[in-house]
Amino acid sequence: MTAVPARAGWRFRQPSVIPGFGLTLGLSLAYLTLIILIPLSGLAWRSASLGWPQFWTLVTDSRTVNALKISFGTALAAAAVNVVFGTVVAWVLVRYRFPGRRVVDAMVDLPFALPTAVAGIALTTLYAPNGWIGALVGPLGIKVAYTPLGIVVALVFIGLPFVVRTVQPVMEEIDREVEEAAATLGASRFQTITRVLFPGLAPAIVTGFALAFARGVGEYGSVIFIAGNLPNISEIAPLLIIIRLEEYNYPAATAIAAVMLIISFAMLLVINMLQSWSRKRYG
Amino acid sequence: MQVRVANVRKEFDTFPALHDVSLEVRSGELIALLGPSGSGKTTLLRLIAGLEQPTTGRIFFGEEDASAKSIRERNVGFVFQHYALFRHMTVADNIGFGLKVRPAQTRPASAEIRKRATDLLDLVQLSGLEKRYPAQLSGGQRQRVALARALAIEPKVLLLDEPFGALDAQVRRDLRRWLREIHEATGHTTVFVTHDQEEALELADRVVVMSQGRIEQVGTADEVYDTPNSPFVYGFIGDSSSLPVRVEDDQVWLGERPIGLSAPGLPSGPGTLFFRPHDIELLDGCSGCLAGTVAASRRVAGTRRVELEIGGQRERVEIELPVDHPAAQKSRVAFRPRKWKVFPQSAIQGK
Repeated sequence: MTAVPARAGWRFRQPSVIPGFGLTLGLSLAYLTLIILIPLSGLAWRSASLGWPQFWTLVTDSRTVNALKISFGTALAAAAVNVVFGTVVAWVLVRYRFPGRRVVDAMVDLPFALPTAVAGIALTTLYAPNGWIGALVGPLGIKVAYTPLGIVVALVFIGLPFVVRTVQPVMEEIDREVEEAAATLGASRFQTITRVLFPGLAPAIVTGFALAFARGVGEYGSVIFIAGNLPNISEIAPLLIIIRLEEYNYPAATAIAAVMLIISFAMLLVINMLQSWSRKRYG
Repeated sequence: MQVRVANVRKEFDTFPALHDVSLEVRSGELIALLGPSGSGKTTLLRLIAGLEQPTTGRIFFGEEDASAKSIRERNVGFVFQHYALFRHMTVADNIGFGLKVRPAQTRPASAEIRKRATDLLDLVQLSGLEKRYPAQLSGGQRQRVALARALAIEPKVLLLDEPFGALDAQVRRDLRRWLREIHEATGHTTVFVTHDQEEALELADRVVVMSQGRIEQVGTADEVYDTPNSPFVYGFIGDSSSLPVRVEDDQVWLGERPIGLSAPGLPSGPGTLFFRPHDIELLDGCSGCLAGTVAASRRVAGTRRVELEIGGQRERVEIELPVDHPAAQKSRVAFRPRKWKVFPQSAIQGK
């Protein structure tokens, strides 16, 4: 026997009957380099050329810090809201058959398709103090438009499809038998959901959260209309970058961008690690 | 625990899946529901479990009317064809699940639950795999875990839906023997569904043969094989050959000739003759027997299966001969079934 022991470590995938491995891999790498790697490294290079002390002063500027806090804080809050309601929407769409289900299903995609500026204007009109909803909640002391709350509302709108569309297919694959098994073992409906169904969905929910969050951090169009853009209160980091650019203050713009990149990257890394951990465990 | 199914009828929308089925399962019995797909066997099992509600009729566990109880209260152990294990739980957590979800008053301490899981893993011969996840087990191992999980709640009745259906032949055979041992060790009243007659006949105390939403026959393996009570059972259980015949003057006729089988008491008229291909005697001459020209001959394991064309209509029947039997070389073979049965036409059309 000439059994070749499997080598540990990295290995190229064995050529299969499907040709074109070299070509497609080369094309993918070139494309990703062009589209993602070069712009990002340009950013890193520009901010590195600032020098550490100058970079630090720029990013610890209180307006910058507040803008970053607002951007990431509102994106987190919106993603959290979306996780809850997006999962509920996905549940309803997967589990029940009702008239108009397909319409509701299509409606979920609207935030994907709608130009974000249009969404921003529509939301502002609704939530402004004299708008339909703004006038309703105003007397209760709740101000939505021109506050961070308004930003959250816009990001919830933008992020919803990301959660629904990641959770929905996984939910569709849940085996009915697993629920029946739980029922025969004496679990109540509530126990079945919390102990059996939800843990199975957790990886998909985490992914949906990550996507909604990443989208929220980068969102610009819909937010600037409803936010009011008051420095230190409702000014988001992407807007501050633009303001700096318009002031021809390129170093400051680059520094903010670099910080955003680092934080986003770190968060996505954590989320990815969570996912691979759960995939390893649950197969 | 004795289980009694009383006049149960089940319709899905308006499609009847079960017509007025009654069945009694004795306490401690291992019983098989056997039938082709669409015969209603799984529906019957799910009705007993409470996963479906009967359209009419009732189901009793012992003297208690279980139809009124929810699935949670019935306390049945159900094993699914595709295991239905909880993927995110370890083997031990899967087995302990039924105990952990009990209300606090009746829930055993967690150490007790862990011990029970270990004991059950010993019973299903998977000791030491407590910490594994279902994805890390083979199909046969998963099904054993599923059985251990069902046994953990000390069910009144154990129900298995094609438990070995998704496994390959060798594993099936091992698990079959093993299930029989478990049944003898635990003594649960057990009902299992299968479409594999070998499995049913080998494993079960009694076999319930089902077809098109009705129970055709209930009996031991010997009874359903040796004395099938309907053409369906004769055709479904074991190999069989059949010929359209006619009964006249207490004799069985094929075309214009009697074939040497006397049928006292059978009503005159057309019918169908059933016999087992291997249960025949070969004859030399032929006055009053079945004779046909050899149309095909195939070697199947230890025997030779010969296909004969018989009579004016050139009906084809199969008989089995020993491999080295000279008759297989001949172009014409005469034989007479040793054991046979004629079902009158009316009985067949009535189905």
